[in-house]
Amino acid sequence: MKETALTKKHIDLGAKMVPFAGYNMPVQYEGLKIEHQTVREAVGVFDVSHMGEFFIEGPKALDLIQKISSNDASKLVPGKAQYACMPNDKGGIVDDLIIYMIAEDHYLLVVNASNIEKDWNWIQQHNDVGAIMRNASDEYSLLAIQGPKAAEAMQSLTKVNLKEISFYTFEIGQFAGCDEVIISATGYTGSGGFEVYIKNKDAEKVWDAVLTVGADYGIKPIGLGARDTLRLEMGYCLYGNDIDDSTSPLEAGLGWITKFTKDFINADFLKQQKEEGVKRKLVAFELVDKGIPRHDYPIVDAEGIVIGKVTSGTMSPSLNKAIGLGYVPLSHSTEGSDIFVQIRNKNLAAKVVKLPFYK
Amino acid sequence: MNIPSNLLYTKDHEWCSVDGDIVTVGITDFAQSELGDIVFVEVETAGETLEQEEVFGSVEAVKTVSDLFMPISGEVIAFNEELEASPELVNSDPYGDGWMIKVKITDSAQLENLLDAAAYKDLIG
Repeated sequence: MKETALTKKHIDLGAKMVPFAGYNMPVQYEGLKIEHQTVREAVGVFDVSHMGEFFIEGPKALDLIQKISSNDASKLVPGKAQYACMPNDKGGIVDDLIIYMIAEDHYLLVVNASNIEKDWNWIQQHNDVGAIMRNASDEYSLLAIQGPKAAEAMQSLTKVNLKEISFYTFEIGQFAGCDEVIISATGYTGSGGFEVYIKNKDAEKVWDAVLTVGADYGIKPIGLGARDTLRLEMGYCLYGNDIDDSTSPLEAGLGWITKFTKDFINADFLKQQKEEGVKRKLVAFELVDKGIPRHDYPIVDAEGIVIGKVTSGTMSPSLNKAIGLGYVPLSHSTEGSDIFVQIRNKNLAAKVVKLPFYK
Repeated sequence: MNIPSNLLYTKDHEWCSVDGDIVTVGITDFAQSELGDIVFVEVETAGETLEQEEVFGSVEAVKTVSDLFMPISGEVIAFNEELEASPELVNSDPYGDGWMIKVKITDSAQLENLLDAAAYKDLIG
């Protein structure tokens, strides 16, 4: 099993470690609910170094990115980032990712840990334009410093004005005494904050500095368990659960990052799907009856006929409600629709709601 | 890890407190700590007579769900209704306020199959 540069730190902090995407990762330290609440109300730090980093460079870099990405990377300027997905050629999604424009002809793609090899092969296979590709996944560590107090708590570590970095933009500068750190106003929690990309050799030093300066603001280390409940309260898709090789970006509600103003792999098929309308949609729901929906539980209609399945579900720590995402036919996808989740042979009532769950 | 010496245990991480033919059942400190924050305890078998190792309910943490198994055969005569509003009692006081059911046992010989505190301690290492 692979380790991040911070694995020893997590074990020393008493984290419960689990295998995730081939890495030995902290799932929780003190407890999922308190960690979740810390990010919503103050600030927390996650080690998400398992994520993959690819640099795409050279005069053909943008051509390659435009080909593989559903979003329009020509809109990027240096210092700006963009959420996107990579459609496959069968109507599904290879992965979702963030594309950073570092400079002219110089981009960084950040992909899911579980898909690093698949994504690399996919992009390489489509690199007939001659862009320069470099897989830097094993060189970089990534800390997500998330929560409403993140900017204030971290300001003493850098001369970059953290409050002025707007959502989905980034600065490259000194952070905790380390040079060339990418400080990005991104994250997957819905509570604001930053992600900082650092070299592995600097990881322990930066981790310690973040926890030290954050102490006055109540910072805690946060595990993958709370990362999942935080993203689910916002309705953010998790690859492998809510989106995968068989789900279309349009079905998944990712139409906003699928831009037909430019060409990309499988654009014709998706364009046709958009014109004809999708047959099923990823919806958010709350349970009305008492129970907790989980990944892969069947969704049934009032007659008990299976109409779809749950892709993510949990008890929301912020709302204290059972919430979930799942695919249902268009006929059951509008807000207020009554659906039922089959939990241990009982059909429990649920209602389709608008995202985000947590406002 | 707290393993009171006056209780009996199962390999499924439940504890039993025996008082005549009435046995109080809950999950161990080890079990609650492995599960993490418990958010839902579902027991719909109150009034039913179940065999040893049959499922009497389920316990859900934020991320996981686990079945609860009868440590001994008998009738489920009570469910701790406090857990409906406050499932976190299982985390904060697993051997006290976090108890789950009371069972009227049918065969007290089955108690001999249960583990004592030392044997349970060996089991969880």
